[in-house]
Amino acid sequence: MTRKIFFVLNGISVHVETDPARRALDVLREDMGLTGTKEGCGRGECGGCSILVDGEVKLSCIMTAAQLEGKDIVTIEGVCGEGDLHPVQRSFIERGAVQCGFCTPGMVISSVAFLNANPSPAREEIREALSGNLCRCTGYQKIVDAVEDAAKKMHGGGRDG
Amino acid sequence: MKDEVRQFPGGPRLDALSKVTGREKYAADYYSGKFLWAGAKRALVPHARLASVHAEDALSLPGVVRVLTYRDIAGSNRTGIARNDQPVIADEKVRHAGDAVALVLAESREILRAALGRVSFDHEPLPGVFDAEDALKEGAPRVHEDNEKGNLLRAVTVRKGDAERALDESDVVVEGAFETSRQEHAYLETEAGWAFVDERGVLTVVASTQTPYRDRSEIARALGLDMEKVRVVAPYLGGAFGGKDGINVQCLLGLAALHSDGVPVKMWWDRTESFLAGMKRLPARMYYRLGAKMDGTFHGLSCRIYFDAGAYATLGGEVMAMGAEHAASVYRIANVSIDGYCSYTNNPIGGPFRGFGVPQVTFAMEQAVDMMAERLCMDPLEIRRRNVIRRGEKNCLGVELKYSTGIGECIERLMEHPFWKERQAWKSAAPKWKKRGIGMGCMGHAVGYPSLIPDQANTRLDLRSDGTICLYSGLPDLGQGNASTYLRIAAAILGQDPEAMELVQPDTDHDLPSGTSSASRTTYTFGNAVINAAQALRDVILGRAGTILDISDPGRAVLLPGKVRDEASGREVSLTVIARFLNDEERTQKGYFRAPYDESTIGIFYLGAHLLFSYGAHLARVEVDTVTGGIDVIDYVAVTDAGTVIDPVVYDQQVHGSVAQGIGLALTEDYLVSDGRHDTTGLSTYIIPTSMDLPDITSVPVETFEETGPFGMKGIGEVVISGCLPAISNAFHDACGMRITKSPLTPERVLSALARKGEVGK
Repeated sequence: MTRKIFFVLNGISVHVETDPARRALDVLREDMGLTGTKEGCGRGECGGCSILVDGEVKLSCIMTAAQLEGKDIVTIEGVCGEGDLHPVQRSFIERGAVQCGFCTPGMVISSVAFLNANPSPAREEIREALSGNLCRCTGYQKIVDAVEDAAKKMHGGGRDG
Repeated sequence: MKDEVRQFPGGPRLDALSKVTGREKYAADYYSGKFLWAGAKRALVPHARLASVHAEDALSLPGVVRVLTYRDIAGSNRTGIARNDQPVIADEKVRHAGDAVALVLAESREILRAALGRVSFDHEPLPGVFDAEDALKEGAPRVHEDNEKGNLLRAVTVRKGDAERALDESDVVVEGAFETSRQEHAYLETEAGWAFVDERGVLTVVASTQTPYRDRSEIARALGLDMEKVRVVAPYLGGAFGGKDGINVQCLLGLAALHSDGVPVKMWWDRTESFLAGMKRLPARMYYRLGAKMDGTFHGLSCRIYFDAGAYATLGGEVMAMGAEHAASVYRIANVSIDGYCSYTNNPIGGPFRGFGVPQVTFAMEQAVDMMAERLCMDPLEIRRRNVIRRGEKNCLGVELKYSTGIGECIERLMEHPFWKERQAWKSAAPKWKKRGIGMGCMGHAVGYPSLIPDQANTRLDLRSDGTICLYSGLPDLGQGNASTYLRIAAAILGQDPEAMELVQPDTDHDLPSGTSSASRTTYTFGNAVINAAQALRDVILGRAGTILDISDPGRAVLLPGKVRDEASGREVSLTVIARFLNDEERTQKGYFRAPYDESTIGIFYLGAHLLFSYGAHLARVEVDTVTGGIDVIDYVAVTDAGTVIDPVVYDQQVHGSVAQGIGLALTEDYLVSDGRHDTTGLSTYIIPTSMDLPDITSVPVETFEETGPFGMKGIGEVVISGCLPAISNAFHDACGMRITKSPLTPERVLSALARKGEVGK
């Protein structure tokens, strides 16, 4: 039992014909070939599969394909603009926020959405905003540094700087 | 080499760009037009005799291609490192709940999931054994009937001087029984891989693995293939921490690919399966007695340590032996007696985990040291400074420390730290309902393999005909950034821009066996091999450039990015041109290194002793909530001697990550199992620290210069984790005046301890 599902994926209108009950994560990774979105737990506990749905962070491992219908979806592959890295991505690179990198796409997605909503956050607010994204490598310190740095890049200053 | 460290090129990690854009391809990211999903049916019973497996129901499901059992395996059906005791698919017996009893191949992940639910098996339950000490008792159920020593997997003994007499002679003796938890690695990327039989008939396995070269021989043996017919490729890993040091998906995937009619096969354990079947840190129970003279000099140490290996050996015995070797932590003690035991049980499989047995014993020893300081009314850092081992002295095995030994300086740095000097003022400013405490933990960690196991690495550097330089890695990058560091090391010696160079990830086809990506050796050992290859290639390039530029004095030629320049004449020749003037053999230079070893130590301890150690001293400031029992780590200082810091960012990444896992181990991480059945199933019941649970960590390097290390460095991957459990436990004692000897220090344990002294809500 398949259905045609239409949505916007990283700025391009697409459609996919699939079982609407499949996980959105699998559709993105297997059908669309966008393997940047990661699966770390499969049940909404780690944040590795975070994507933007109409600008809000959603966990694609607990979303069905049907829930993509008519939505504006951004994955890690669509975060950067015309070939340029997003400031969050640049800061992650420059501030040493990347180790194994498996949580990184989800972290970047969450950080982008957070900085859109809160352009000059305090360090504690960044920690709170990222608390749904687990990382086992970094101890989060350099990730928080990177988000602080990205806030400065995007908006000319964090609350503390 | 001391001069060259200053030229070590800085800059962001070279793997960060592909990871931050989502383009990096991990083992879990392989898909192709047509492929099959493979998945294991797990036993879920801890100990049973296996009768028959029923596949009919699963096979009747459209899209199910095969259901395989041990009968489909042509080889030994056994994997293992120290012992070949682990079946790929259970045959006679199930020995722990995560054992595979069948392997299903299906056309989609959804069909696979449904099919696994339809596979059933008949079994006769057997009484199990679930405690490392109970397992050694007479009459305990046997996990492996063919093991001559019952459930004893490995025992080690250390005798130096006369510990019993020394304890009698001591003015003060402290003793305690300590227990540590079963810690789950919880890497974000669960076990994953991709396999196919190529056109040459070679079984190719792409896996998230720390050990491609060892995997290759394990796959060949277990599945009954020639080594030449197996190839293992290791892309970047999504975390490992020791948990991918050995076989997980590799043999199952290989078996699936041999039965998939030429179609590639994908296997990707979900979190539940990863928890169920993956390795854990071995839980330990340790009985310690430490004796000292009135002036604080440690005189004797006697300890018995029991490690629970779970159902299969993996490297459990070696983990325990490493614990025994580090049982005296970083102190000079004349009389030592250590008895270490590692037992088989029907618990989850134990195995390597960052720290490799050292966090367990350090928890015990560093608390015993604090207990001694208290009894003697001494400053806990002063008693450590007084007994700390210095270069040239002998450790608890009696092995002389000939290499860099900066632990004394680490302790001195802590003594100077404002958090230590101002401790009384900070403690007395505790908010209502809270108690504050400051604790420390010191630790050492051996770098590389013990003397009997050759710790060696092989690499290759190619100057390609287009003038680019390519480095072949033999050790996977688990996330610690060694691939990037290798490029920087080569770039430093060759005067190149590391970003213009290329790194090829480990692939057994390249025939560069380099051991495993583990044991704090990944940069130390392989980095030295890279230096040797780079120096050889540099000599070849400069020699040929000298001829081309007609330089009589070769010292005048300098390697610059993409070219060689004659400093006297200013004339230059590009690497592309130089490459054209070299034959294939000259353009490929290999590098080999073997770490220092001492054969004379092989007789004194299991696999011989380690010779080189990294060190650290930690300070934790904690707040204990006397109402909830929660412990908050407010500040954390990690002083580390891992030799010269060649890349401050990568160095601090290791410090931060280790402290995070160490704080998790100290406060929340306890993989719960009741009689072999798993009570922990996911990341909502296994609590690893989130960004809200950790303080900003202060990393203080003590830069000894390790003469045998690349640019003076030594391993930093593991040493740091061992300090956290004792530092936090000692801080809890400092706050509340009572000791918790079983980790983690959960709110329940804290409240029980407080309740015993009527301190709840004080």
